[in-house]
Amino acid sequence: MLNLPIYLDNNATTPMDPRVLEAMIPFFTHNFGNAASRNHPFGWKAEEAVDYARGQVASLINADPKEIIFTSGATESNNLAIKGVFEMYAEKGNHVITIETEHKAVLDTCKHIEKAGAEITYIKTNEQGLITLQQVEEAIQPNTILVTIMYANNEIGVIQPIREIAALCKSKGILFHTDATQAVGKIPVDVIADGIDLMSFTAHKMYGPKGVGALYVRRKNPRVKVTAQMDGGGHERGMRSGTLNVPGIVGLGMACEICQKDMVSDTAKISKMRDRLEKELLVLEEAYVNGSIEHRLPHITNMSFKYVEGEGLIMGVKNIAVSSGSACTSASLEPSYVLKALGLDDELAHSSLRFGLSRFTTDEEIDYAINHVKEAVLKLREMSPLWEMFKEGIDLKSIQWAEH
Amino acid sequence: MAYSEKVIDHYSNPRNIGTLDKSSKQVGTGLVGAPECGDVMRLQIEVDDVTGIIKDAKFKTFGCGSAIASSSLATEWLKGKSVDDALKIDNMDIVEELALPPVKIHCSVLAEDAIKSAINDYRVKNGLAPIEDTKKHY
Repeated sequence: MLNLPIYLDNNATTPMDPRVLEAMIPFFTHNFGNAASRNHPFGWKAEEAVDYARGQVASLINADPKEIIFTSGATESNNLAIKGVFEMYAEKGNHVITIETEHKAVLDTCKHIEKAGAEITYIKTNEQGLITLQQVEEAIQPNTILVTIMYANNEIGVIQPIREIAALCKSKGILFHTDATQAVGKIPVDVIADGIDLMSFTAHKMYGPKGVGALYVRRKNPRVKVTAQMDGGGHERGMRSGTLNVPGIVGLGMACEICQKDMVSDTAKISKMRDRLEKELLVLEEAYVNGSIEHRLPHITNMSFKYVEGEGLIMGVKNIAVSSGSACTSASLEPSYVLKALGLDDELAHSSLRFGLSRFTTDEEIDYAINHVKEAVLKLREMSPLWEMFKEGIDLKSIQWAEH
Repeated sequence: MAYSEKVIDHYSNPRNIGTLDKSSKQVGTGLVGAPECGDVMRLQIEVDDVTGIIKDAKFKTFGCGSAIASSSLATEWLKGKSVDDALKIDNMDIVEELALPPVKIHCSVLAEDAIKSAINDYRVKNGLAPIEDTKKHY
């Protein structure tokens, strides 16, 4: 039986895996201790659970457990990494390199430190949403202290050449941070093989709970330090004060363990469904996939249906939950800045849908989504003056539009 | 965003979608908005030569649900009105009828512009001076 509406917005957040919830429950009730309480069994039990979770998280990304700093989520991790490096390494320089299609949690943090005297270079992506090693190389200055580049994009899912960029940074003695929120748990991410110094990620994008995430901070070659952004009890090796969210951390740990165990089978199943969805929707005329198809996460596709407006389309596909642009900006009337960065025409940027699948997505749901989207696109094109003009062979660029 | 029942009704069952012969002297066409703003409306009226009554109205709209509903409602209101009365349709009437939220008021403005633009196209075709739009929407 199909339950409507169908959730296909898993890049905004995922449902929690029941196995994760099961692991968390005892830590809300009888195992409620404070992990920092060293003098009684309640505290010991909590600390033991946190240590176990730290091991699960570290194992997924091939880190040492001591390199995991628990936070409230990827936004906090990004803030801590970027502001923390900017403050800690102020004597070395003030230049930071990032890219223009980052999530707002990175872009706005960069804007924040810019006001405090940082110099930021925003690298432009190509029409695939990708940047090149050469662009990073050209952006590096003698005062560059940090390069922060997302592992995979949240709107289009494209994967940047992280390993090459990290190696370049290492050769120049520059720290490399990556916002890997969309990648961790979905594709193999290995902080050693990839050469990552700092990495942000969160539980709720990989079937864990909201409100908990982590920052990986390298301890060897080089030993990286960040200035704490909150004052308090000096938890998490002094980098992040605040009583640990024990149930959340247990949930993050379990989510990581399941992702590690099931990654190969999950990816095979999910990418097959994603490819089918995409192929079927590309049967529609003037339908396009946005961003690189080759270097992309297995569970996402971002498509534009030309001459149909995105918000109207979302209303037309009310039985499936998808997004037009990213969730954080879907209240605004502006087209997605990520799609604009790819050089997409406004009418394409305005007509995009992001489909995000999960391990809980079923073939029946994909069948339904294919038909539902096709119907809505065809119906809206019947009422679109732009579609009619296109069909009559009128070049829309030749028209003097009355901007409002 | 939650849409009002009337917006959903017009969006799901739009009235008067279609195209009239834009080369006919009896037909006035208004095309307003721009693709990069995410809204384009085309509204057409067909006027009875003798009575000056709008006997048919059609629209096509590229835009959100509120834009589609605003233009659908406009065609409903236009039919049977004299051209002079059609000019009196105010965007705030549309806002009220459809219970549009503040962020969607521009959709009603666009619909009013489309009506005026269609009427002016009709007037110019028939040797009349276009009506100056003295109302400012800001």
